[in-house]
Amino acid sequence: MRVLKDLLYTKDHEWIKVDGNKAYVGVADYAQEQLGDIVYVELPDVDDEFEIEEAFGAVESVKAAADIYMPVSGKVLEINEALEDDPSLLNQDPYENWMILIELSDASQLDDLMNAKDYEKYLEEEA
Amino acid sequence: METKKTPLYDEHVKLGGKIVDYAGWFLPVQYEGILVEHEAVRTKAGIFDVSHMGEVMVRGKEALNYLQYLLTNDIGVLENNQVVYTFMCYPDGGVVDDLLTYKINDEEFLLVINASNTDKDFKWMQDNVKDFDVVVENISDKVGEVALQGPNAEKILSKLTDENLSDIKFFHFKKDINVAGTKCLVSRTGYTGEDGFEIYTSTDGIVNVWNSILEAGEEYGIKPAGLGCRDTLRFEAGLPLYGHEISQDISPIQGGFKFFVKLDKDDFIGKDALVAQNENITKKVVGFELLGKGIPREGYDVVADGKKIGYVATGYFAPTLKKNIGTALVDAEYSKKGTEFEVMIRNKPVKAKVIDKRFYKRK
Repeated sequence: MRVLKDLLYTKDHEWIKVDGNKAYVGVADYAQEQLGDIVYVELPDVDDEFEIEEAFGAVESVKAAADIYMPVSGKVLEINEALEDDPSLLNQDPYENWMILIELSDASQLDDLMNAKDYEKYLEEEA
Repeated sequence: METKKTPLYDEHVKLGGKIVDYAGWFLPVQYEGILVEHEAVRTKAGIFDVSHMGEVMVRGKEALNYLQYLLTNDIGVLENNQVVYTFMCYPDGGVVDDLLTYKINDEEFLLVINASNTDKDFKWMQDNVKDFDVVVENISDKVGEVALQGPNAEKILSKLTDENLSDIKFFHFKKDINVAGTKCLVSRTGYTGEDGFEIYTSTDGIVNVWNSILEAGEEYGIKPAGLGCRDTLRFEAGLPLYGHEISQDISPIQGGFKFFVKLDKDDFIGKDALVAQNENITKKVVGFELLGKGIPREGYDVVADGKKIGYVATGYFAPTLKKNIGTALVDAEYSKKGTEFEVMIRNKPVKAKVIDKRFYKRK
């Protein structure tokens, strides 16, 4: 299972990469591995605003549909439309292929997320 | 109840199968991936472990009469070595199970039933023996079974037997065939919409059969195939799965499988209820295609004219057809082809249109 060092993670296996008051959000390797062949990605609209832990989209494999939640509150600045055309990009590289770019509404919420080391430990406990 | 292992469990682990608990059995949901396995079965070949299926032998002077009473299809027209798909119903028309019936001779039949229903079915069969001169025996624990499916199935199996397999026509079988040195019953049947065979032997013999077929099939592009694509394949081909398109609450008439219910047959369990339903059907399973974005999933509500009219029975992004399609149990007035309704996906209504539920037909 790949875990990237410079990202933060949620218990639902989303990742967030922070750059100033903006951040990219996607699903972690564990999530795509568990789901299997991903055949559909649902993304929000630009300018949509979501609260922390609110579902902003969904990722669906042949067998299952998974809601994807906001790691922190924020406003959608960009969506990765390439995922709508080729959902399997999330299987190929779930870190390269982010889902949304957001503007953070409350950067202090980042403190409650897991860093790579804590997330690796969390994965071991899950398994 | 403790989860059981089929005789092929170790082979699945060796092949990297992702094991899940299905109907009380440890079975692979996939090896390489559902999409590639699905594709292999449609274009080349795939082999499935279906040893979890239940098998019941019915023997005796009145075996035929007993089965005519127990089952909805006409068993009387079968020749020896012929197979028929049929339902076994409750008096109210609900389905106990769907099954294959193999006629060995007038006094000997093999019934192949769903793993999840085996105990319930066997009890139902026993309870209905009544005065019939028959013995029903649950031989599930002694039988291993694989399904070899796909356009290359006959070429592959021919390498392992001297039998002329083209003599075995669709829904026919042959007993005591030598497959790679193991004595098997081979039928030209399946659950994928493709040509292929289902192969039965002892739990000891099935490991050799499995491995021999995988080896013989290598040059023909065979892949081991898991439960995941078994469901997408059967779904595309319009074949029902117990608990989805048919169930204790969904009769074969409502499910749209009237062809396998011979309403003009002498008395059989469920006949009166099914005849009445056929004259006045209130709900029906339909096929539909999503016109908007999303994937319909089992249990999603179906709405029209401002009210709930049913729910999704099975739904997928169909791998061969590349469409988001499903089956749904809906009020009968919404069952005509071309009718539009909406499927609720994550609380949003998405437009859908009723289409033929045999989504995929082999060329």
